[in-house]
Amino acid sequence: MSAPWPIIRFTVNSESCAVQVPPMKRLLDVLREDLHLTGTKEGCGEGECGSCSVRMNGELVNSCLVPVLQAEGADIQTVEGLALNGKLHPLQQAFLDCGGAQCGICTPGMLMAAAQLIERHPHPSMAQIREGLAGNLCRCTGFMRIFESVLAATTQTAESVPAKALNAR
Amino acid sequence: MRGNADAHQLIAPGSLAAVLELLADSPGEWTPIAGGTELMVAFASGKLGARKLVSLWGIPELRFIEIAPASIAIGAGTTFLDLRAHSGLAAELPLIARSASWIGSIANQGRATLGGNLVNGSPAADSSPALLVYDAEIEMVSRRGRRRIPYAEFHLGYKRNALAADELLYAVHVPTRFANHRQYFRKVGTRRAMAISKVALAATALLQADVIGEIRLAAASLAPCPTRLYRTEAALLGQRVTKKSIQVARRVLLAEAQPIDDIRSTAEYRRRVAVNLLEEFLLELSQEDTPR
Repeated sequence: MSAPWPIIRFTVNSESCAVQVPPMKRLLDVLREDLHLTGTKEGCGEGECGSCSVRMNGELVNSCLVPVLQAEGADIQTVEGLALNGKLHPLQQAFLDCGGAQCGICTPGMLMAAAQLIERHPHPSMAQIREGLAGNLCRCTGFMRIFESVLAATTQTAESVPAKALNAR
Repeated sequence: MRGNADAHQLIAPGSLAAVLELLADSPGEWTPIAGGTELMVAFASGKLGARKLVSLWGIPELRFIEIAPASIAIGAGTTFLDLRAHSGLAAELPLIARSASWIGSIANQGRATLGGNLVNGSPAADSSPALLVYDAEIEMVSRRGRRRIPYAEFHLGYKRNALAADELLYAVHVPTRFANHRQYFRKVGTRRAMAISKVALAATALLQADVIGEIRLAAASLAPCPTRLYRTEAALLGQRVTKKSIQVARRVLLAEAQPIDDIRSTAEYRRRVAVNLLEEFLLELSQEDTPR
């Protein structure tokens, strides 16, 4: 196929972007290669692992499965958009505090899936957390620290979290 | 990533009419792509044969759920998250709502569409058994007009369906007259979340004076495409649910099932699980006052 490729416009973390790329290029690759937003990771490249999770028009998507043309006009949020004015998002802080991140490859996707979850369920149950993060794989933590991080971020008294999390197992 | 974006064309005409014009003008040349949860996987692995793709994502005319007095119409572009979020649908067609909650992850459910699931035609498709036991109909559309066929006649074989080269799947019409039937749907997979089924069985049945007056059975992965189990149904119709009739039904299903043998499971395992699921349903059916 020959150029010229169409100009595709959308917003990423509230900033307007325009790219001129093949319309079948994956949103994941556009974010990383064209917009240099390398927070979003590639894991499996087939929608199984959730490492590339971003939010598109308020819905969680695997950016490896989105041809960028389908993001035309969309409002995209990536992990880079979670922290506000240099202050970590409560989820990020909780992942730090509770050991929810180890090698870090799954962490951006976990954070975006968790951000999606708490928008729908501000105080999710352990069952809701497990379901909300079911599409995100982690090979380090064994998942419990991640679930506890989400619980900590959404619970008033952080001290009571470990006991609650244990009961929910 | 072995796919080469430069090698594929993708356009988004933006309206149903414009897509139908394109398909009518060059039938078979363009491959529709909706949420991409199937085709983008093929693309990334370098196995997407289609060179010219037309996007159905975001076409409003394809994304709807309409409740009529005797049926519910679901647009082909409706996502599984849309299906899960619709309270009226869960009340009327619980098996469809349940299958929607089984498909992949939240991220997959927000992109994957009902129409995509059916046109892709995997033998393991999650939504198909539910649609089959509800006697759903498929509405197809092209520039030539619209036509409807029973969903049971839509799949013609492994990944082959009744769509003509210039046609799109437009909507699925599901009758709501099964409310008083006992309804059953169980999926067996590797784990509860994200797993594609090894085998799934759906059923609706009506007991009349302890005799099975109506029964519909459908399965995933027991044939090269989603399939009704007519012979097993026939063996049960007019019968009481007894140890003997259950044994007969198990034998008939063992013979009727032509399971696929693939990376997820063996044909033998699928056959054995399927007959156990059937027995579970029949035992539930025989117990009155058990909630569905």
